[in-house]
Amino acid sequence: MKNIRIIPALHIKGPNVVKPVHTEALRVIGEPQPLAERYYQEGADELIYLDIVASLYQRSLDFDLLRAVTANIFIPVTVGGGIRTIQDINHALRSGADKVALNTYATHRPEFIAEAAEEFGSQCIVLFIEAKQKSAGHYEAYTDGGREPSGREAGEWARQGVELGAGEILISSIDRDGTRRGFDLELIQQITSWAPVPVIGHGGAADPDSVATVIQEGPADAVAASSIFHYQEHSIGAVKEHLRQKGIPVRLI
Amino acid sequence: MSHASLVIVDYGVGNLNSLIRSVRQFTEAVVVSEEPEVIRAAAGIILPGVGAFAAGMRGLERRGLTSLIRELALSNRPLLGICLGAQLLLTEGHEFGIHSGLGVIPGKVVHFPPLPEKEKVPHIGWNSIRPPAPDAWTNTILAPVAPGTQVYFVHSYILEPADSVAVFALTTYGGYQFCAAIRRGNIYGTQFHPEKSGPVGQAIIKQFVALVKQQNEAVKIVITS
Repeated sequence: MKNIRIIPALHIKGPNVVKPVHTEALRVIGEPQPLAERYYQEGADELIYLDIVASLYQRSLDFDLLRAVTANIFIPVTVGGGIRTIQDINHALRSGADKVALNTYATHRPEFIAEAAEEFGSQCIVLFIEAKQKSAGHYEAYTDGGREPSGREAGEWARQGVELGAGEILISSIDRDGTRRGFDLELIQQITSWAPVPVIGHGGAADPDSVATVIQEGPADAVAASSIFHYQEHSIGAVKEHLRQKGIPVRLI
Repeated sequence: MSHASLVIVDYGVGNLNSLIRSVRQFTEAVVVSEEPEVIRAAAGIILPGVGAFAAGMRGLERRGLTSLIRELALSNRPLLGICLGAQLLLTEGHEFGIHSGLGVIPGKVVHFPPLPEKEKVPHIGWNSIRPPAPDAWTNTILAPVAPGTQVYFVHSYILEPADSVAVFALTTYGGYQFCAAIRRGNIYGTQFHPEKSGPVGQAIIKQFVALVKQQNEAVKIVITS
């Protein structure tokens, strides 16, 4: 079995890392750079950096901040928020990103996924889906930081995104985000059941055991989490050690 | 060119930012360039890159760099190819048709075969590397790396050197063992990304910078004596 990646996610608003609860209510956690560097030191396998208001306010990422945050980090960084053009992706890549997460703009113009994959390769393009449960077994993809319904069924949208060239899927549950109720396994299974590309599960990490569950039952190829790491209740190393004891291969440093 | 002893070749593919940051941890004497004369004068060369094999060769050809890089490599100028940059060192690539590579090391670049354990391709993530023989890494850029150390991969195509002496590191994914790095003298190619492989990746970059510095000194001594 391959190594499972553990990926801390930084939600950025202005100069701060914030923690959304159900994506809307925000708590300020602190400055992104020391946090990112701590996660790097603790053995994070990658980092996710999401500007959560860029799309909503129709502005671009703060590339200077991104550059500062990634200056001393030598692991892959996925960046999302307000990306609308090939130029935006270029700019992100030149400011410290290795991959970009596409969400809002891609739902308005799906061909953008294909254009981006053609230009930068599929390995660079992560389709980011924030999903809200509508009824039993049905999830809708939301945009603009989880505020706007897209009218797209989450699983169907994922399938389309992969066909267009997305190389990974970051699937996040709006209902679980920040609640620490555990991951929405059904949502994740709707994608992993067919996806030929890696699936990163996000939203609802409660403790090391919930991370183990989403890996074993998702089965997720990678897990993104924020609250459990931000408040230093569980270090990345401690979560990985727990996974290792459960027989899940992880990279330990 | 005495100050820019190391050149990162910009041939239009991939994200050079993390690589530049990584190298700058160990030397300020590094430039990014697509100019043949700058590359010719360099004491060491890094050939980065992500993307398709043919696009990579086209990028080199368009800039008039193909025969230059081949010539420098064959004269044993220290060179580190990373990911696509490593693949281009081989004779041919089998991605979207068959295309000629730089041919510095005989071999070809092929897609992963169907994996015994049915893992997903591309191979994305951390995986452990090991030397093909116990002393294979002694006095090389992998000298500080313990066998079994994990590094970061993202690729669908793999290096297949024709001669096993060129196999410099091995790894296994989905139950399939393949070549994770190639070497011929001072010419290195890594399928993984040292610049994204955390502290151990940084140690590899540092070793390469040290090799370039050492060769640079040697060149100076020859010139001045």
